[in-house]
Amino acid sequence: MEPIKVLTANIDKPNSTAIDTYLQSGGYERARKALTTMTPDAIIQLVKDSELRGRGGAGFPTGSKWGFVPKNAPRPTYLLCNADESEPGTFKDRVIIEKDPHLLIESMIITGFAIGSNPMSYIYIRGEFHYGATVLEKALAEARAKGFLGKGVFGTSFDFDITVARGAGAYICGEETGLIESIEGHRGQPRVKPPFPAIIGAFGGPTVVQNVETLACVPLIVENGAEWFKSFGSPKNTGPKLYCISGAINKPGVYEFPLGVNLKELIYEHCGGIPGGRKLKAVIPGGASAPMLLPHEIDLPLNFDAVMKAGSMLGSAAIIVIDDSMCIVDAVWRLAKFFAHESCGQCTPCREGTNWIETVLDRIERGGGVPEDIPLLMDMPENITGRSLCALGDAACGPVLSSIHKFTDEFRYHIEHKSCLPETKRYRRLDFASGH
Amino acid sequence: MAELHPDNPYAKDRFADPSKAVEFPPEARKRFEHILTRYPSKEAALLPTLHLAQETWGWISPETVHYVSELLDLSPANVFGVVSFYNMYNQKPVGKYHLQVCTNLSCMINRAYDIYEGLCEKLHVKPGGTTPDGLYTVTEVECLGSCGTAPVVQINNDYHENMSVEEMDALLPKLK
Ligand SMILES: Cc1cc2nc3c(=O)[nH]c(=O)nc-3n(C[C@H](O)[C@H](O)[C@H](O)COP(=O)(O)O)c2cc1C
Ligand code: SF4
Ligand code: FES
Repeated sequence: MEPIKVLTANIDKPNSTAIDTYLQSGGYERARKALTTMTPDAIIQLVKDSELRGRGGAGFPTGSKWGFVPKNAPRPTYLLCNADESEPGTFKDRVIIEKDPHLLIESMIITGFAIGSNPMSYIYIRGEFHYGATVLEKALAEARAKGFLGKGVFGTSFDFDITVARGAGAYICGEETGLIESIEGHRGQPRVKPPFPAIIGAFGGPTVVQNVETLACVPLIVENGAEWFKSFGSPKNTGPKLYCISGAINKPGVYEFPLGVNLKELIYEHCGGIPGGRKLKAVIPGGASAPMLLPHEIDLPLNFDAVMKAGSMLGSAAIIVIDDSMCIVDAVWRLAKFFAHESCGQCTPCREGTNWIETVLDRIERGGGVPEDIPLLMDMPENITGRSLCALGDAACGPVLSSIHKFTDEFRYHIEHKSCLPETKRYRRLDFASGH
Repeated sequence: MAELHPDNPYAKDRFADPSKAVEFPPEARKRFEHILTRYPSKEAALLPTLHLAQETWGWISPETVHYVSELLDLSPANVFGVVSFYNMYNQKPVGKYHLQVCTNLSCMINRAYDIYEGLCEKLHVKPGGTTPDGLYTVTEVECLGSCGTAPVVQINNDYHENMSVEEMDALLPKLK
């Protein structure tokens, strides 16, 4: 499969963020077409027909989500763009934000019109993306100056504007109800669902939360049609897709392919394989929350259904490559530390469980593990999964459970010998206390 | 409830000291008024107002908590709850250069811990600590969303990508 340039068509142009560059390639014509020649229902149907699924992690059908929004809700409907991009391994939305911000703005105009959005919508961008926020602010000012945002967009009766809302460093605010809480000025603690945000979300109104990359597909669908979109990928797994690849890999970066590029091909043919003549040990195919795959499991198409069938998930399509020089206990410990740090603390199983997982893994890494730690760790997910409010609790178990099942011998060796497996090592010093 | 670290200003000064009262300078005040127009409730303006406060004073002091709570008609407890929930709000002053080293998996694989540990050792600071001259604070942070150019060090607002121990050593003397 060859890389494509569909979502990334503009990013290499000189001055790609300027509105004039964007207009030269037909920019904002899709929004004009949608608002002046289509009804909201027709747009929703078109997106349903395209079989577009969410690019933020869950892969939920986008058109269906828009269809859930009630027409005559007592409170205004909100469109929130999820630009939190904090799933470890993920750095794709940033490319659109920093290189083609007008694509995102145009997509939000169309989406806002389709769902009947309140005149004010928000892009919730992670606080660390200062540069991205600046690029967006500048692009928004340009779009306002041209009359693409504001009162009566394209001469219709539709009023629409966008505010950039910056996060402040909390992974959990990427979860859609955590994001809504954060926009409202609260701590980002996820809500009980139902009610789902499409019915009651931000400020009590129906709310659609959509990932940057998902939104970026919308103008392309409006321009080229659902059949064109479906010509990429396979049934129910359609469209162009950005893949992020990092870790132990020769050519890390963001790659665009039709949804479903083969993982093995991606690693060895497009990304130059593993550096330093080392060998592949494990691959995380969909961000830190996704269970690991072993080298013999990677001959598979990277689409939602195939990765799910292989026992993992496509998630945010963040591929993290681990080579055979790394101690697996230490690698998993680092992910566990992340989840323990980012648990919002509302649910006891998640708050306590994630901390225990980190503690036990660190103990094993330090040579203090006991044989019972293995069944203990294997047991832990059962006490967290399905017993906490949001998917973070479940996510924290993904890499842990999979690594213990897939690398049981290495865990045993570590516990018995109080050291890493020969030829593997840890990439940190144990005399350093953790920083947070 | 966990004891607050003695270095934490909130430990000594749980209630704001009126003699240290703060107020936005006119330019910041204008931006604050603009923020209010962008949200349907005053409360929703809390995060951007805190960002503005941190830009203005470098950290969120107990007095700032009180000031912001008055601006937005919220209780100080509510504001403090939000400040302490989010990582980016500094609850104590940080150095002129805040060196934030990502050590999450992709950066770790690319030797981020060497950079982080090296910085702590060279600058003689504990993790999260600030040098006595107030120049540097070294903090370990989670994935910065830039793993394709690992390892990454965020210095104040700017990302420094494809870093290494050598690059860090070369950069440090320039940060004065
Ligand atoms: C713990 C957690 C973190 C998440 N972080 C993000 C994120 O950073 N960006 C994102 O787009 N979606 C994230 N999601 C997924 C969102 O909850 C939601 O499914 C998504 O924004 C919906 O948009 P989509 O259908 O376009 O993917 C996260 C979910 C969970 C449970
Ligand atoms: S599962 Fe964890 S992160 Fe999610 S709401 Fe519960 S405590 Fe918070
Ligand atoms: S792991 Fe360091 S930027 Fe993502």
